[in-house]
Amino acid sequence: MKQLLKLVPALFLFLTGCATIEPYNYAAYEAESPRSILVIPPLNSSIDVKASYTYLSTVTMPLAEKGYYVFPVSVIDNLLKENGLPTPAEMNSIPLDKIQEHIGADAVLYVTIEKWGQEYQVLSSSTMVKGYAKLVSVKSGNLLWEAPLEAQISSDSAGYGLVGALVSAAITQVVGNLNDGTPAVSSIANMRAFNATKRGLLNGPYKKIAKK
Amino acid sequence: MNKILLTIVISVVLSACANNKSIYHWGQYESLLYKSYHVPGEGTPDIQIVQLEQDIEKAKSLGKKTPPGLYAHLGFMYASVGNSSLAMEALEMEKSLFPESTVLIDGMINRSLKNAEGNK
Repeated sequence: MKQLLKLVPALFLFLTGCATIEPYNYAAYEAESPRSILVIPPLNSSIDVKASYTYLSTVTMPLAEKGYYVFPVSVIDNLLKENGLPTPAEMNSIPLDKIQEHIGADAVLYVTIEKWGQEYQVLSSSTMVKGYAKLVSVKSGNLLWEAPLEAQISSDSAGYGLVGALVSAAITQVVGNLNDGTPAVSSIANMRAFNATKRGLLNGPYKKIAKK
Repeated sequence: MNKILLTIVISVVLSACANNKSIYHWGQYESLLYKSYHVPGEGTPDIQIVQLEQDIEKAKSLGKKTPPGLYAHLGFMYASVGNSSLAMEALEMEKSLFPESTVLIDGMINRSLKNAEGNK
């Protein structure tokens, strides 16, 4: 029974990732087929002040591996700060025409973080990331795609080390050596949302080239 | 035993839902971003330059591409330590690898040229 319970999170991943779900309506997305994505530092309504920038350090890889040009997140953050937008709240309200003029992005990924970090239960703790992402066209302002972001890993589940190891192997970076579980969980939340079958992001131009 | 089972389930999950063949060699880029935000002293421009240059060499030796943004970030790091010629070189590299970055990179180059003029 205990063994079965340990499998539940993995099976849950499996089912949410691949089960038959109602497909996303990609009409607007396909019509504009963006090549490049600008990620604005997320709005954070969690109690962890580090959430926005930790998230920002985990979003480039899964987006770029989906085939998009992803603007350098830290360079952009600095550029916005130099131009009088010191916080994510202000950055999230930049008019799209300014983005077009100064950055030239096709689409913007806006992210809101609702929950972030460790939650302690009686016998265990879990690290969780919960939020919401939406992709908006810079040219038209149309919503192209949206999805919830969600991942959670319990400290007592057998999956913790394994999923962590697989994630860091997949992205060949050393998230595991940091004394903070949230980058790994954030990576999983991103990968699940961006790669979700029938509801994920469409493949971008560099993915299409790579597949040929 | 159940670890083996779990491994099987997870590998099925990953192979079913994601394409594990990465387009790019990622190296330390994202972990450096994390450190520059949250681990004072471990993500300084000098450290980042050394590691990003290593990542670029590693990518070459593996025959893999460097990810979008990496050269722009490297150029920004070079600029922040005052090495404008290597900064320009890196920024131009970003633009030639990823033409989507043209508006951003041209803006960065123009602003830094203006700043250099202003400092004369």
